[in-house]
Amino acid sequence: MKPINRLFEKADLPLELYKVKVTEANDEELIEISKELNLELNLNEMKAIQRYFRRLRRDPTDVELQTIGQTWSEHCFHKTFKGTIVAENKTVKSIFRTYIARVTEELNPEWCISVFKDNAGIIEFEEEFAIAVKVETHNHPSAVEPFGGAATGIGGVIRDILGVWAEPIANTDVLCFGPLDTPYDRIPRGIKHPRYLFNGVVAGIASYGNNMGLPTVNGAIYFDEGYIGNVVVYCGCIGILRKEDYIKNTKPGDIVLLVGGETGRDGIHGVTFASAELTEASEETGRAAVQIPNPFEEEKLRRAILRVRDEKLGSGITDLGGGGLSSAVGETAYRSGCGVEIDLDKVPLRDPTLAPWEIWISESQERMLLTIPEDKLERTLEIFEEEEVKATPIGVFTEDKRLKLKFRGHKVAEMDLEFLFSPPERILKAEWKPKRLSEPTFDEPEDLTNELLNLLSSPNISSREPVIRVYDHEVRGATVLKPLNGMSGGPNDAAVLKPLKDSWRGVVISSALNPNYGKIDPYWMAASSIDEAIRNNTCVGGRRIALLDNFTWGNPERPERLGELLRAAEACYDIAKVYGTPFISGKDSLYNESPMGPVTSTLLITAVGVIPDIRKSVSSDLKAVGNPLYVVGETLNELGGSEYYRLKGFLGANVPKVNPKLGRKLVNRIVQAIDLGYVRACHDASEGGLAVALSEMAIGGNLGVEIWLSNVPRRGISRNDLILFSESNSRFIVEVKRKFREEFEKLFDGLPYGEVGLVTRGKTLTIYGLDGKVVVEAEVDALSERWRKGLGD
Amino acid sequence: MKRENVKVCVVRAGGTNCDLETEVAFESLGVKVDLLRTQKLLERGLADYHIVVFPGGFSYGDYVRAGAIWAKLMQSKLLPEISRYVEDGRLLLGICNGFQVLVEMGVLPAFHGLSMYPEAALATNLNARYECRWVYLRVENPKTPFTSLLEEGKVIRIPVGHGEGRFVLPKDREKEYLKKLLRNRQIVLRYAKSDGRPAETIYPFNPNGSVYDIAGICNPQGNVFGLMPHPERAFFWWQLPDWTRMESPPKHGDGWFILESAVSYVCENF
Repeated sequence: MKPINRLFEKADLPLELYKVKVTEANDEELIEISKELNLELNLNEMKAIQRYFRRLRRDPTDVELQTIGQTWSEHCFHKTFKGTIVAENKTVKSIFRTYIARVTEELNPEWCISVFKDNAGIIEFEEEFAIAVKVETHNHPSAVEPFGGAATGIGGVIRDILGVWAEPIANTDVLCFGPLDTPYDRIPRGIKHPRYLFNGVVAGIASYGNNMGLPTVNGAIYFDEGYIGNVVVYCGCIGILRKEDYIKNTKPGDIVLLVGGETGRDGIHGVTFASAELTEASEETGRAAVQIPNPFEEEKLRRAILRVRDEKLGSGITDLGGGGLSSAVGETAYRSGCGVEIDLDKVPLRDPTLAPWEIWISESQERMLLTIPEDKLERTLEIFEEEEVKATPIGVFTEDKRLKLKFRGHKVAEMDLEFLFSPPERILKAEWKPKRLSEPTFDEPEDLTNELLNLLSSPNISSREPVIRVYDHEVRGATVLKPLNGMSGGPNDAAVLKPLKDSWRGVVISSALNPNYGKIDPYWMAASSIDEAIRNNTCVGGRRIALLDNFTWGNPERPERLGELLRAAEACYDIAKVYGTPFISGKDSLYNESPMGPVTSTLLITAVGVIPDIRKSVSSDLKAVGNPLYVVGETLNELGGSEYYRLKGFLGANVPKVNPKLGRKLVNRIVQAIDLGYVRACHDASEGGLAVALSEMAIGGNLGVEIWLSNVPRRGISRNDLILFSESNSRFIVEVKRKFREEFEKLFDGLPYGEVGLVTRGKTLTIYGLDGKVVVEAEVDALSERWRKGLGD
Repeated sequence: MKRENVKVCVVRAGGTNCDLETEVAFESLGVKVDLLRTQKLLERGLADYHIVVFPGGFSYGDYVRAGAIWAKLMQSKLLPEISRYVEDGRLLLGICNGFQVLVEMGVLPAFHGLSMYPEAALATNLNARYECRWVYLRVENPKTPFTSLLEEGKVIRIPVGHGEGRFVLPKDREKEYLKKLLRNRQIVLRYAKSDGRPAETIYPFNPNGSVYDIAGICNPQGNVFGLMPHPERAFFWWQLPDWTRMESPPKHGDGWFILESAVSYVCENF
């Protein structure tokens, strides 16, 4: 960057430093400065900067402005979620506090150890140990460079877990793409084909996760037209730590230790890039913002950090992610109530020509920041040397609550941290109008077997095996319930891990997203995702569930987009509160816009539960001939946004709703039934409804089933196809041990349930319609073949 | 020798990542396990140990070629010592990346003792993809220190997880080397179908396209063993992919037999 114009003045020093004439600039010039330096700050924010430096009676350096730009970016500060939202009928001070954090505050569970504050949410696992969880988005980089973007997404979220002193134990990934068969001529310049993105993203996640020796145990892949222009990549990581090892106690005098890889010119302006819309030029402008992955470096880094942890040498730790050193150093100092002095010369560089501002904000990967008391420094450096990882003291924490940066002996930045962390509040307008939609009218198809086969091979339902197999999901030897169950690879609803060798207690991880429902009503989309993530967890025996929210949305400065966001957030509070499931961490990715319009509004809910004894966990595959099958929960005429309607080219209007009071009861009873040993198999009904869920259970168990639709508990629905494919929430299909039939029914007394059929020897799926005639009949092998073919090779 | 006196060393380099579960598996057999960085092993030497394990992972990022960098490091610093260790009849086990290391190091197949250059290779899987799945393995040679608790022809299940696991021999000497492997009974495990018939390089039974469905080989003496499948991931019953289907799961996974065989062998012979 060589901004030679009237607003920039090169400092009279032998280094790349500019003075930026902010104090005398008019409004237009302020915006020009923001654009020229790629700060992505608006006028209001630039004026706040102007006021600050007028008070100081000097102009800022480029380093200072870049620091502010990083800290105040949407990516780092979440201005939208923390800002004031003015809607038609109300004003909301902070969506985050009002709808997400409030659930946790009001529930106030004693097992939540650290929520929303740190790199990851931390909850109790058992007496001595805690679980740390984080889910991140890496959408923008993946759109430009899918392999590197996705790989560094995994790398980054692993460091978030290390950043709370936890040992990473598993990864998750949830990916959204445009349809793989999108014709090339429909794709505008500057946007990559979904097939290319799909291959690159999957390879990137596999490469990084496998190399790090972390099993990828849970995830989802979702296809929708709305992702052609904006690919969505969520990467999650789970870790374990002793509660006593969670130390964040940085004090003045502690050393700032930069560890890991060298700093280069990659990932410059990653956060501002992530907070901007994608355009045709993103290929060129964004390429430098994408970081380069090197999992080998991070593997060594992990070893060293865990040794430093075990010897209790550090007083604090944080990840170097978005914003690089600028964010990590600033936040650590601010949170600890310290100031900090950094000597940028000390930072080990991959490229010696980096300007000070570039060193300061580069997002080169595989780096972390430790804070080490002086008397522990020697031993810490020894460990890093043994593990062959660079560790460099680059500064010291001070008493004065100021950020001071030096380069080649010259001061290049000095600011109050209080100013840096008090950006002007954002005020945004939100609008939401219910959509005018209607239910489609079409006759019940004659051949429902064929409808089922088509659904099984449809993109959002078919087997994910081709992807799951390229992820190592067994490494660490602790995956008790795997993403693919048995030799036949039936799908499980959640993964179960056994993280401690001397304890039977397990961690249960599940996730859900329902973007198609959001096209009808974002409120019920969010509600459905929460319900589904919880019931996925419940199916295998998970309980005491904590939630993570990850919003991927379009530009929130457009009132209709923000209106949708607000509605989804409202559901987060309403549903999670009743379910008693606190949010413990989350992340939003906004400004997902491209020449094809906004991304399909997407909320990923990740659920993390525990199971007291992994030996009780239940898989979804059918187990034994003669066992009765039950449907628990009500089936309603709720096919709006369903995969069945999508297959027929409709959206519909009757989006699945959630009755959380009933849902909570059902979930609790299912857990009880599992603990009492009644349940042999359990699977949730979601995309594709009961018919698809039953097929998956049959495929997993390689056994047949007979089902009578007349016994399905239902309300306001009387067509075979609609009962088969409705996507009503809070429903489970349960295979019950024959001898516990009565006990099981007693447990569900007063709740909607029905004995709908049984497991058969015949290896055929047979479903009898409301009039008692066969409406679906298919060999399990045929179902399996279609289900496995969906994703292609 | 008493079990508690058996000393196992699990070595690790940067990028190794299956060391912890390998350590846990051996520890549960009641032996003493040291987990050592390569540098530490170089300082300490092998003399103390009865079983040395090179575990799975991506040593040195598997840059260049899987296992190659670690193998060359060991070869350059420790070859005479390794040679003595092997001649002494002590056990050397390589799992996955460890197998790749042993082959790159010339410790396997070692037709005529240690060789300076690899005589075989673990090449990129035929489908050019990483492959994580449970496979059926047929026990070909139960008379090695690592398989003594198994019978010939028994079918066991252990998962693989690798991108470079296709066992290949130099094209011009393939027949000759294969004959040697058979004559010396060096082929220990082969990929198979569920009933024990050979996989005949058919995917997914043979997950990587290995010549002659080879999953694991030993040296002619039998005390050095390398295999692509991960016994430490099939060690406890709850690691099985279908334990939820079983009314009463077995006491162990099939990987247990391999590690326990090795430990029993040391108890009986040292």
